Amino acid sequence: MKRDRNVFKKIIPWLVPVLLLILWQLFSWVGIIPDRILPAPSAVFQAGISLMITGELFTHLSASLWRALIGFLIGGGIGFLLGLFNGIFRFSELLFDTSVQMLRNIPHLALIPLVILWFGIDEMSKIFLVALGVLFPVYLNTYHGIKSVDKGLIEMGRAYGLKGKSLFFHVVFPSAMSSILVGIRYALGVMWLTLIVAETISTHAGIGYMAMNARDFMQMDIIVLSIVLYALLGKISDIIAKYFEERYLRWNT
Amino acid sequence: MESLVNEKNHMVLRDIKKNYEKLSVLKNVNLNIMRGEFIAVIGKSGCGKSTLLRLMAGLEEQCHGTIYMNDKPLDKLNEKARIMFQDGRLLPWKDVLDNVCIGLSKDNKYRAIEALNNVGLKEKMNDWPSQLSGGQKQRVALARALVHNPELLLLDEPLGALDAFTRIEMQALIENLWKERGFTSVLITHDVEEAVAMADRVVLIEDGLIALDEHINLIRPRERTQEAFSYYHKRILDHIIGSNHCQDTLKGDVIDLTAFNPVKNTSNT
Repeated sequence: MKRDRNVFKKIIPWLVPVLLLILWQLFSWVGIIPDRILPAPSAVFQAGISLMITGELFTHLSASLWRALIGFLIGGGIGFLLGLFNGIFRFSELLFDTSVQMLRNIPHLALIPLVILWFGIDEMSKIFLVALGVLFPVYLNTYHGIKSVDKGLIEMGRAYGLKGKSLFFHVVFPSAMSSILVGIRYALGVMWLTLIVAETISTHAGIGYMAMNARDFMQMDIIVLSIVLYALLGKISDIIAKYFEERYLRWNT
Repeated sequence: MESLVNEKNHMVLRDIKKNYEKLSVLKNVNLNIMRGEFIAVIGKSGCGKSTLLRLMAGLEEQCHGTIYMNDKPLDKLNEKARIMFQDGRLLPWKDVLDNVCIGLSKDNKYRAIEALNNVGLKEKMNDWPSQLSGGQKQRVALARALVHNPELLLLDEPLGALDAFTRIEMQALIENLWKERGFTSVLITHDVEEAVAMADRVVLIEDGLIALDEHINLIRPRERTQEAFSYYHKRILDHIIGSNHCQDTLKGDVIDLTAFNPVKNTSNT
């Protein structure tokens, strides 16, 4: 009985999307939704299959994933380290925090024209934008996480002989972990958003390029496929982030 | 110069003063604590009793005076002492056993298990602190303190947040472990009954000074219903209430009271 309920619970969230998909397909068949406005799900699926067979899909997907990953690692890494140092060392905080907070308020997408002039339309410009977009959420949450460690726990750690590195790894870092993971999850959203915008402006590969190219030829099914791919990638990165949360914040449940 | 320390004294506090900014918390405290003695320090909130304990632990430094531990002046963290806090302060991201292992080398894990066994929580060693009750958390905190075999156990109102039954149980547990191990113990509490039930000596702190230093000559285990128990209890309570009465008439002279007295402040300006 209890198992039945668990299976039921897993199915329920998918009812609405599946129902919408069925309706969409039906309306397309009947002709209520014209192909020029929105192609049927089956057409999108077919477009996906044929692109997979030619290998095009894989080329674009890997180009986008690569940019996302590299940009995220660079921006996230810098944000994390800055947050760490500014959270721990008073001098570093005094020196950097105000500047970072100032830069944070510039919408990074506003820099696109400048970035294109700096780096051209090569990989560099996309990676730069992703890194910049990802940096601030990771910085803010890491900094905040370290700043808000319970002073009582730090005092306890000191009283029990922890100091320096051991104090950091046993007390400060685990305590900041939940905040850091929130930052990472938020940054993953910013990462995809930045990539979508950057790729539609100027590239010669990537999902955004695929969509813009399809627009020129009025290939509705490929445009919709690109959007679905972005949604899937976003969902996958969210699942990965959630996995880490469950793994490192087990004690919090 | 007279010797400040004799071998019976485990810890000696000489002319201890402590200020925070302009607020003087401890004005001049002198105290000798004998080896193996159980001292209770009582006083109202904000009287400086917790500050005193933190000075003994070496977590803070006094502004004036010296604390001697085993004849030697204490100038940094007191490594012979372990402190148990009111709110337990277990690390929520470590399981019970790992919490007890804090500051312990890896090959001493068996000692942590033994310590948990001593407080009756061995079977909970793989649980998260969030799964424990308030009393169990404090037992873990006690095990964590005792696993280091401290010479001096500092208890900062560790039972303040517990219900009455758990409290009495914990008092008995601490008293038994103290008798068994013979460490020196300093208990901060605002509960006079708890102080009389557990301590050899009750020290009352008022306005940053020791206002009363009373030996409790009762045999253990102590019965709370005893006449002599009530005698000490009443005597200490009367002292607290009595001196409170005097304080009201002297209010103008007490710095930290006038600071919060709006009438006084407006008359100054």
